[in-house]
Amino acid sequence: MSVRLKDYEPVVGADVMQELYVLAGKVNGRRLQNINSTSVGGGVAEILTRLLPLLQELGVAATWDVIKGDQAFFNVTKAFHNALHGKREEISEEMLETYRETTEMNLGQMTLSGDVILIHDPQPAGLVQRKGDTGGKWIWRCHIDVSEPDPRVWDFLRPYVSQYDAAIFSMPDFAQRLPIPQYMVAPSIDPLSDKNKDLSPDFVSSVLDRFGLDPERPIVTQVSRFDRLKDPLGVMEAYQMVKKRHDCQLVLAGGDASDDPEGEEVLAEVRERAASDPDIHILLLPPFSDLEINALVRGSTVVLQKSIKEGFGLTVSEALWKKKPVIGGAVGGIKLQIINGVTGFLVHSPEGAAKRLAQLLTDPEFGSRLGENGYLHVKQNFLITRHLKDYMLVMLALDYPDEDIVLFG
Amino acid sequence: MNHTEPFVFCTERRLVTLTGVRASNLDGLLSGLRQVPGSSIFYHTHHMYLSHHFETPAFSNDFALWTSEALLEEKLGEQLSAIDLLTFTSIRQIREAIISTIEKAIGEDGRRNRECPARDEFHFCRSKSFVMPTGIVAADPEEFFRVLPLVSNVSLFFHFFGARLRLERPTNDFSSWLAWRGETRLAEAIDALDPYSVTLDDLERKIIELGAGLGRQAE
Repeated sequence: MSVRLKDYEPVVGADVMQELYVLAGKVNGRRLQNINSTSVGGGVAEILTRLLPLLQELGVAATWDVIKGDQAFFNVTKAFHNALHGKREEISEEMLETYRETTEMNLGQMTLSGDVILIHDPQPAGLVQRKGDTGGKWIWRCHIDVSEPDPRVWDFLRPYVSQYDAAIFSMPDFAQRLPIPQYMVAPSIDPLSDKNKDLSPDFVSSVLDRFGLDPERPIVTQVSRFDRLKDPLGVMEAYQMVKKRHDCQLVLAGGDASDDPEGEEVLAEVRERAASDPDIHILLLPPFSDLEINALVRGSTVVLQKSIKEGFGLTVSEALWKKKPVIGGAVGGIKLQIINGVTGFLVHSPEGAAKRLAQLLTDPEFGSRLGENGYLHVKQNFLITRHLKDYMLVMLALDYPDEDIVLFG
Repeated sequence: MNHTEPFVFCTERRLVTLTGVRASNLDGLLSGLRQVPGSSIFYHTHHMYLSHHFETPAFSNDFALWTSEALLEEKLGEQLSAIDLLTFTSIRQIREAIISTIEKAIGEDGRRNRECPARDEFHFCRSKSFVMPTGIVAADPEEFFRVLPLVSNVSLFFHFFGARLRLERPTNDFSSWLAWRGETRLAEAIDALDPYSVTLDDLERKIIELGAGLGRQAE
């Protein structure tokens, strides 16, 4: 069953909805053409799938097209992606030529029309060459962490990006020196999705039971793939420090890592460290386990996201939305979601995580207060309704590129 | 505005704009403070009041928070946090006060230029605001206080902080209008409130209390 705009009103409140309708009055009828590189899989396709029907309901004529490319092109853009994340990649002139050729091929085949053309990520960024023919405004929406991009790839992309009318990044840290306006639009969670919607206590209990967890004892959970950057070993270290004095169970829930050699290695180390502790539960969840993940988080006492590096880390907002106190690594977007001591705790080490974990297990009331604050923080800043509002504001901002304050009568 | 004009509650929709200017030490922070537009200074000294409406934040502005937590300059962080924004009537004055506080600290304690940890730089942002009527209108002071509970925090923020500093109006919009409508004492009482020491929820409660108190006096 598809979600309608009105379904959000009981969740976010009438005032937020009213705000959306007022803004929609300023941008309705506008044609917004989204272009990315895939229609399924990945965060961009997921958010477009959810945002588009809602934008359409608000009167924005939002459409979505996907560029074409062969394996060679996607190998190039995968290398671009890694290099923009700061990873060392060999980028050859031939690879740059593949990108240019695929861009040309798509320019020959695609119909580019819209009052606003919203290009997502680097793969279709080169389409902007046709900007002059379309008459619309062009925006480059960068969903990835470009805080420390490989200069070779960024220098290649910059001339394209500079031709846009504006760029959108997810965090202030990702901003670049560019001759165009740069807006911040943080990612969001959908409170009505399977991963976040309310669940009955019976369902939560049944999931805990299925995974052999005791609901009467504290449960400490980290949901993330088995990746060194998510520091599952650091989480275990923190748990083992705390466990000496505080009874608790640890859940490390992630996807099956069989197609990822490094993930397999990390998982093996995690298993070895868990040894024979029956209170450590390593859960390998199949794809489409959103309801189970939702239930695990809802059944938890404390949630960790002890990442060492993080693009944004929306798992933090997902836990805060469920009013759980969260201990997170002080990196990336986690720092926007956790206000230290107000909506959770930011830590820099397993020791720091252990100290805060012990504090929260000793003082659950304080944990509840943090969780309550966290819920309000997410409600205000990281829900899909705010994302909708921001996209409409960006469309409006294109009309007033130079004003800091725009007064409507 | 004439003396019978109603009060039109407005609200502000903000889009955060990134400047691309960043700092990793005090020198960089000073350089950024000197070059960014006024809307950036306003953003970093005020957005916390809007974002954390449920609890008064430990540091009242981003400069204080970053100086203290990323540069570990706790003393300077406290000094920056203690800058009394209510005494300023323009963003220019706020900018100068922040710069001089940092320069003074550097002068007093000797030159030091500690680098922040990697990926913990200060990123200058600014906000682009779209101000629109909420549809809530008060014809007279009695109605003003009756409808005030319906007004959102964002609206309150605009009339209290934004109007005074960004549009350089002499005081907050509520006091200006109430004074025009002859409620001088009420206007002064609201003007005397310190909006920086309370959450927006508390600020609204205090204004409503003032209105109720003066209403009883009139009876």
